[in-house]
Amino acid sequence: MRQVRIPVTRVEGHGLITLHLGEDGRVREARFHVTEVRGFERFCVGRTVWEMPALTARICGICPVSHLLCSAKAGDAILAVRVPRPAEKLRRLMNLGQIVQSHALSFFHLSSADLLLGWDADPKVRNLFGVAAFDRKLALDGIRLRAFGQEVIEILGGKRIHPAWAVPGGVNQPLSEEGRDRIAAKLPEALRIAQDALAYYEEHMGSWAEEIEHFGKFPSLFMALVAPDGSWEHYAGHIRFVDAERRVVADGLDPARYPEFIGEAVESWSYLKFPYYKPYGYPEGMYRVGPLARLNCCDRFGTKLADEALARFRATSGGKAVTASFHYHYARLIEILGALEKIQELLSDPEILSHRVRAEAGINELEGVGVHEAPRGTLFHHYWVDETGVIQRVNLIVSTGHNNLAMNRTVAQIAQRWISGREISEGLLNRLEGGIRAYDPCLSCSVHAVGQMPLRVVLVGPQGEILAERTRGA
Amino acid sequence: MITLTIDGIRVQGEEGETVLQVAKKAGIRIPTLCYLEGLSPRGACRLCLVEVRNWGGRLVPACATPVQEGMEVVANSARLQELRRAILEMLFAERNHICAFCVSNGHCELQDLAAELGMDHVRYPYRWLPFFVDLSHAKYGIDHNRCVLCGRCVRACAEVEGAATWGFSGRGISTLVEADLGEPWGQSKTCTGCGKCVQACPTGALFEKGKATSEQVKRPEILAEVKERRPRA
Repeated sequence: MRQVRIPVTRVEGHGLITLHLGEDGRVREARFHVTEVRGFERFCVGRTVWEMPALTARICGICPVSHLLCSAKAGDAILAVRVPRPAEKLRRLMNLGQIVQSHALSFFHLSSADLLLGWDADPKVRNLFGVAAFDRKLALDGIRLRAFGQEVIEILGGKRIHPAWAVPGGVNQPLSEEGRDRIAAKLPEALRIAQDALAYYEEHMGSWAEEIEHFGKFPSLFMALVAPDGSWEHYAGHIRFVDAERRVVADGLDPARYPEFIGEAVESWSYLKFPYYKPYGYPEGMYRVGPLARLNCCDRFGTKLADEALARFRATSGGKAVTASFHYHYARLIEILGALEKIQELLSDPEILSHRVRAEAGINELEGVGVHEAPRGTLFHHYWVDETGVIQRVNLIVSTGHNNLAMNRTVAQIAQRWISGREISEGLLNRLEGGIRAYDPCLSCSVHAVGQMPLRVVLVGPQGEILAERTRGA
Repeated sequence: MITLTIDGIRVQGEEGETVLQVAKKAGIRIPTLCYLEGLSPRGACRLCLVEVRNWGGRLVPACATPVQEGMEVVANSARLQELRRAILEMLFAERNHICAFCVSNGHCELQDLAAELGMDHVRYPYRWLPFFVDLSHAKYGIDHNRCVLCGRCVRACAEVEGAATWGFSGRGISTLVEADLGEPWGQSKTCTGCGKCVQACPTGALFEKGKATSEQVKRPEILAEVKERRPRA
């Protein structure tokens, strides 16, 4: 078997792709390796449960809020408290801000260059500066939209990156009237940008038909949180699995009992585990999470503009699940729009300014699970503590992990379509990266990893001999 | 009155006053860590080292050295700056003082000193021995990883509260501040739960339970205030 290695850039963290060729020179297998190891699950042991939100937030600088909130929720479970309603609303507000900023980063800063300039464009211009030269308004819009999301986080938590604001039992600071008004003042522009970007995507979708068809289009399960009424959810609710036909496979699952329906397989060639839907086994139980999965799983979004967009999104697959991973981009833009509408709803709720934002309690449970929807997908924090609240064991399942099997499948599909002979062409390299990037993976998060490693692609022959290797983004 | 100079400035102090006290009155800043007003001086951390020029350049701790007639004290110099920084770096290298998720982040004397003395990195290899966190007390917790062994808690407990719960055990880098004979804090028979040790602690080593990252604000000045208010025999 032969192998091709490709580095992946413009994702958070670094990875490696190997393409394994059969005797006939066709791609037999493709592996997306995450080559970093970090050890958060180990060194959190011995710390206090109250420190965990800020400690685990350090897993990532792009989505610290996701870990912060999820960890605080695991802490709520250990304290066995119900978070005061205003605190839940504030946490929701911050998570929506996080979804907006992270999705904007993914679409505008990381991916728009591929979409606007094409996968065969010179790598030197395929970045946000290239986008700015090509379409100044779009680039500036992207920067402004991300800044809006970051500002929501900053106004609530005191800083944009790594705010230590959510705590077990609630949050440690209410929202001021002035802060609310500052967010509200910037909301109309953010909504305008989100609608423009969505219109742009829908208008140009036709020109990406080839990529839509081959960037990870295959049937799989989808997993997401949904609200009790079946609408889109990002903070609470229950777990739902749907299949490629958008039939509900499982519903009403208690997220805290995830070990009953999620298994985690390990492969020797990656530090990232391979979660799967247990009843279907490994690897048949492959499922996807994140924006695409959330839109496939929910019955409706629950806000006007996003629901209109959701109907158009579903029309692309005749009402079945949208199985093209390329449309993660599409789903992301719809979620930005819906998140902004939900921010608007929350800001008009007078309770959002309440000072009752924290429930205090001691240790009442020795085990707690926090689950919520991070921008990239469902995030699980599971802690075990001793009687005094010192962490004994930690298990984290992060969004990029859930998508691991699907990302491998996507890489294989792209390689099969675009590889020619033994060469790793620029176009193949770009598309492999683009395919991975559609998932907006966070490799640092997924292995909870340290260090900066470039994405490499290695082509391996039938006997395991390395035929070609390309590295970029070192 | 005793007359001396500190950094070339002529100052006067009472018999029995320390160099630190006189410097403070004269508005001359000398960094301290183990010193706390209201507690007996210990001279343990060595951050307040000053140079006495007419004692052959000898280094003495300002907090524990009584003023003497004619002393020529140097409180701030490049040499002292370097020494204090090195001492601070050794404290940071010895145990885990990662600020990012510490309860005292933003309200920590050790952190403030690092900023004041320009400690932007540590030149010594980190030791990071694994110490434990004891949350057995109903109200408070102790994280030995954050402890600098200044002994302020030990003195606050013995000298102000009068309980003498805290003491040192072990030696060198493995020294621990322990309650009574080393049992978990929550099982101490002498601890009154007053929390003076927590207020006296300069870092996040002693904290109120339930406080999350950056939430622990201390009031070390209450030790002196409590002593001041106490009726004298």
